[in-house]
Amino acid sequence: MLNLLWTIPVFPFLGFLILLFFGERLPRKILALVGAGSVGVSAAVTSLVAYAFITNPPEGHAFHQVLWTWISVGDFHPQIAFYLDALALVMAGVVTGVGFLIHVYSIEYMGTDKDFARFFACMNLFVFAMLVLVLADNLLLLYIGWEGVGLCSYLLIGFWYREPANCTAAQKAFIVTRVGDTVMAIGFFLLVVQLGTLDVQGLMERAQSEWGPASGMATLAALLLLGGAVGKSGQLPLQTWLPDAMAGPTPVSALIHAATMVTAGVYLIARTHVLFELSSTAMMAVAVVGCLTLLLAGFSALVQTDIKRVLAYSTISQIGYMFLALGVGAWSAAMFHFMTHAFFKALLFLAAGGVIHALHDEQNMFKMGGLWKQLPVVFWTFLIGSAALAGIPLIDAGFYSKDAILWAAYSSEHGSFLLWLGAWIGAIMTSIYTFRMVFISFFGEAKNHVHHKPGLTILIPLIILAALSLVAGFIELPHNMGHIQMFSHFMGTAFESAGEHAQTMAEPGGEAMFQILAGVGSLAGVLIAWWFFLKNPASADSLASTPTGSRLHHFWKSGWGFDAFYDKVFVQPFRWISEVNKADIVDGFYSAIAGATQLTHSVLSLTQTGRVRWYAAWVTVGSVMILGALLFK
Amino acid sequence: MTLVLLVFIPLAGGLIAGWMGGKDSTACRWISLGALGLDALLALGLAFHYLGGSGNPGDSRWFIEWSQPWIPQFGISFHFAMDGLSLVMVLLTLFLGLIGVGASWTEIQERVGFFHFNFLWILSGVLGVFLAMDLFLFFFFWEVMLVPMYLLIRIWGHENRRYAAVKFFLFTQASGLLMLISIVALALLHPGNGQGVTFDYNVFLQNPLHGPAAKWIMLGFFVAFATKLPAFPFHPWLADAHTEAPTAGSIILAGILLKTGAYGMLRFILPLFPTAVHEFSTTAMILGVIGILYAAILAFAQDDMKRLVAYTSVSHMGFVLLGIFAGTDFALKGVVIQMICHGLSAGAQFMLVGALYERIHTRDMRKMGGLWDAIPGFGVATMFFAMASLGLPGLGNFVAEFMILVGSFQVAPKLTILATLGLIAATLYSLRLIRRAFHGPRQDEKAYPDLTLRERALNGAFALGLIWLGVYPQPAINAVTPTLKSIQSSAATPMAEHNAISGESQ
Amino acid sequence: MTVLPVNGGLVLAAGLFAIGLLGVLVRRNLLYTLMCVEIMMNAAGLAFVVAGAKWGQPDGQVFFIFILTVAAAEVAVGLALVNQIYRRFHTLDNDSTSSMRG
Repeated sequence: MLNLLWTIPVFPFLGFLILLFFGERLPRKILALVGAGSVGVSAAVTSLVAYAFITNPPEGHAFHQVLWTWISVGDFHPQIAFYLDALALVMAGVVTGVGFLIHVYSIEYMGTDKDFARFFACMNLFVFAMLVLVLADNLLLLYIGWEGVGLCSYLLIGFWYREPANCTAAQKAFIVTRVGDTVMAIGFFLLVVQLGTLDVQGLMERAQSEWGPASGMATLAALLLLGGAVGKSGQLPLQTWLPDAMAGPTPVSALIHAATMVTAGVYLIARTHVLFELSSTAMMAVAVVGCLTLLLAGFSALVQTDIKRVLAYSTISQIGYMFLALGVGAWSAAMFHFMTHAFFKALLFLAAGGVIHALHDEQNMFKMGGLWKQLPVVFWTFLIGSAALAGIPLIDAGFYSKDAILWAAYSSEHGSFLLWLGAWIGAIMTSIYTFRMVFISFFGEAKNHVHHKPGLTILIPLIILAALSLVAGFIELPHNMGHIQMFSHFMGTAFESAGEHAQTMAEPGGEAMFQILAGVGSLAGVLIAWWFFLKNPASADSLASTPTGSRLHHFWKSGWGFDAFYDKVFVQPFRWISEVNKADIVDGFYSAIAGATQLTHSVLSLTQTGRVRWYAAWVTVGSVMILGALLFK
Repeated sequence: MTLVLLVFIPLAGGLIAGWMGGKDSTACRWISLGALGLDALLALGLAFHYLGGSGNPGDSRWFIEWSQPWIPQFGISFHFAMDGLSLVMVLLTLFLGLIGVGASWTEIQERVGFFHFNFLWILSGVLGVFLAMDLFLFFFFWEVMLVPMYLLIRIWGHENRRYAAVKFFLFTQASGLLMLISIVALALLHPGNGQGVTFDYNVFLQNPLHGPAAKWIMLGFFVAFATKLPAFPFHPWLADAHTEAPTAGSIILAGILLKTGAYGMLRFILPLFPTAVHEFSTTAMILGVIGILYAAILAFAQDDMKRLVAYTSVSHMGFVLLGIFAGTDFALKGVVIQMICHGLSAGAQFMLVGALYERIHTRDMRKMGGLWDAIPGFGVATMFFAMASLGLPGLGNFVAEFMILVGSFQVAPKLTILATLGLIAATLYSLRLIRRAFHGPRQDEKAYPDLTLRERALNGAFALGLIWLGVYPQPAINAVTPTLKSIQSSAATPMAEHNAISGESQ
Repeated sequence: MTVLPVNGGLVLAAGLFAIGLLGVLVRRNLLYTLMCVEIMMNAAGLAFVVAGAKWGQPDGQVFFIFILTVAAAEVAVGLALVNQIYRRFHTLDNDSTSSMRG
């Protein structure tokens, strides 16, 4: 059964090829069948493989399948080969499972778009690339997927390419992530030159044996990989592309810019965790990046008016939590949060998409309002998603995964009180902006009327994801409340050393206090949101209209001025240089040679008067001079 | 004899096509196609015979050799030989030649016979360059490919063809002259094999030249090859020549003629002047890195689509220069893959620009916009090759650039990091091309015909080649491994000896 | 046979040459130019003859015969050219036939 592993990415790729070559000619029903079906088959195969993997674990809890040798130079032999362990399995499961639901949803959502085939072709290509990314057994193959998802993200953000703003957003996403990718590529060069391989398992072994802990080389390599990870995952300082990426269709935002692709950075660090563990500096860097990002993005989310931009900033913020977890060595907590986040964030985006669709592409929250009566299913599922995002205690998955991270941020050996405090403030922020969004768009008076209600293909994925957002948390419960460790045990097979960190420094009673604090924080956030945005909206406005308030509002809304800064420091100078040198100054040098030749020519040709008598005179003068020189030398 | 045939078939085909041209232009197209097809079959036969199915060459480096005295007084002979490197380049040449004939099927309507005559003679010159193992003969073929190319640009080019053709001719001719001086100086200064003057490659190879003379002779070769490559600061001819040349001219100019520069460096500079190369390598690598970044910035600024693509060639050839003078196993193999992949990706891009020009009659991207709506097939193809050009993993260019960069990282990490920035710059110009031509709102509402079946087939051939090299480049790598190994060893061993000698004398 | 006075002969030759040259430089009519060239050639011939007489060698006279032949040919070609020029330009002014200027 495990031998079917290689077929998992192949199905979406076949779907892509069919849609690419015959997309123009096939009827929409077939296109939908191919587009969603290929991912569905892939999801089915994934669950078969998962079943085989769990019931009958392969030796070493990892399955390795080599297809062919890709490049072979000297001792360097990267292969086209897949590697399945608990980590890859969870990722692949989420990618195909959530991916399938989003594809089904898209059939109705994109149903009237004239580029239906192109949409599904890109989506299938994305799923293929993402699966290559998570299943790759070496970093070079991972890089195929890594850049492949970047390409699909670019294609899909710019899906409605007739609108210049969308194209700009797409370009920005590609270029900013490419900056990260390039840093990561330099990391690969370092690894190949120093360790002679990019095969993940071999790399980890050699890193441990040749570099050892606290080696500068390990720090450097880990930081370079981190550069790639922050680019893809929208973390500081390369987070600027993600809010703009919301220019794409909503299912794209749900799949690529929330559930799967943006978590590739988390996956990369988890995959190479041995390397990161060698360097406490690198771990610290990951944790600090995560913590800062989650705070910055939280504040920005608080002041957005576009519902998708709120969700985008919340994605950045939640990935910040995952980075924080990675940075403190809580590997399985990070993956746990990745999984629950994939469910509830996909749910939130899809539900928001339902609203946007129903209101004819209205994305401004302040033009929605009162929707809970008109769109009940969408409302309830959105509420469940919001509860999970805000981490409302006990009932939803988000609480358990975020709680695990908060606790690890304090208790693990890499953790500290400051990291916990940042994460805790972030959690309060999360619940404020989440419920601000809920209250503004679903409560209050209706400012817009619903044009058409979503059909079943939109509602069923919502309901399934809502259910997952509620129950997925129960597979991993803290040891003072049920003590279920299905997920971390399963993950533990991929992270030999993981799982322990969270408990190592556990003091009796301490954890309960932190859980209560986290719960109180998120409930307080809901209360604050209720007070400011439902009960007493004028107070929020008056707060925002004070001079400091409005300046802060503006500053946060523009994402802390990063865009303006990058524009001044990188974009403008580059444009200036390229514009100045458009005609190539080097060519000027050669033109100058040509010009000098031509000048000499025109001067000399003045003597060519065409008058024979002048020629004779010159000949005479010349002869006289030569004779004179000979006579009087 | 097969090698002579390989060079001779396009020559003869060109003569026949030129003679037929006045009567029946279609027949003349078919004749060139046939001649090149025959030649390609011959080359494929050689490839299968000597590389086997798996692409593993045997132990000996040279597959075939053929020699006949030409001017015995000066030791000049018709000496042809083929090894893995030559074979790969010959295959690339014929592939692009076939595509070039296909791409000019409808574009060229005037003096069709003379066009194909010139086209086939260029190819014949290139094949000669790749196969000649006598330096005089090499120079002869070097010039053979120059003159017909001049005519090709001069007669069938675009608006500014006169300027471009003269510029091309002057740059190549002036630098070629330097090479001729170098060749003669090498022949005269080299101790030879004790039988008077010789121009034979193998003789030079067995006993490389050292000392200050070697440095100057090497520089003469370097300027010629760097102009052809082209490397910064010898690149200005390229933008004009590419922009003004007819489509087939641009394809083989970018696809093959530039590669003769890289080939010359690999074949002659590295093994013949090991000590001089050792001293010069840092400078050359710096030139390579400057070329990568400088040309990428230039490409970004262009409004003319063909000019943009032309500058990307300079940028990609910067990687080649970097790799050649890094000289490591990784880098040299990467260089060969880069030569093939750039031939494919740039060839395809020029073909697309040409086909687009046939439809919308402009190359100015300010007048385009939203073309994806009108001609989605073009959009997909351009996107694909733009991605290849920016080094998307999974396509051949990525493999090549990765190997070159790893190889140069081994010897010059800082320069390599700068060169890696070229990957970002490549993203900028590629996306800008797509954005300005295919995205955004339409500029007019005219309907244009999408890619025809012939164009789809040609693009498909390019795309398959790139994907193949992207996921399974091993046959190409294996084919050139023995050649590169011997280049490396002749570049390394004598230098060690030389160092040992000079070390003792100190 | 009296000995030719060398100095006098050379001075005469130089004078003839100078007259011819001056004529070439100042006259604009092509016919006169041609005639002046003829004078210069004869001056050179005279110098040859005088020099030959000085050394008692026949070479000078041989050369003069050569020059005569060349001059004859030159006159033939020159007159033909003048004829052509007149037909084409309808003038013999050599300043106005300057279409070869650079």
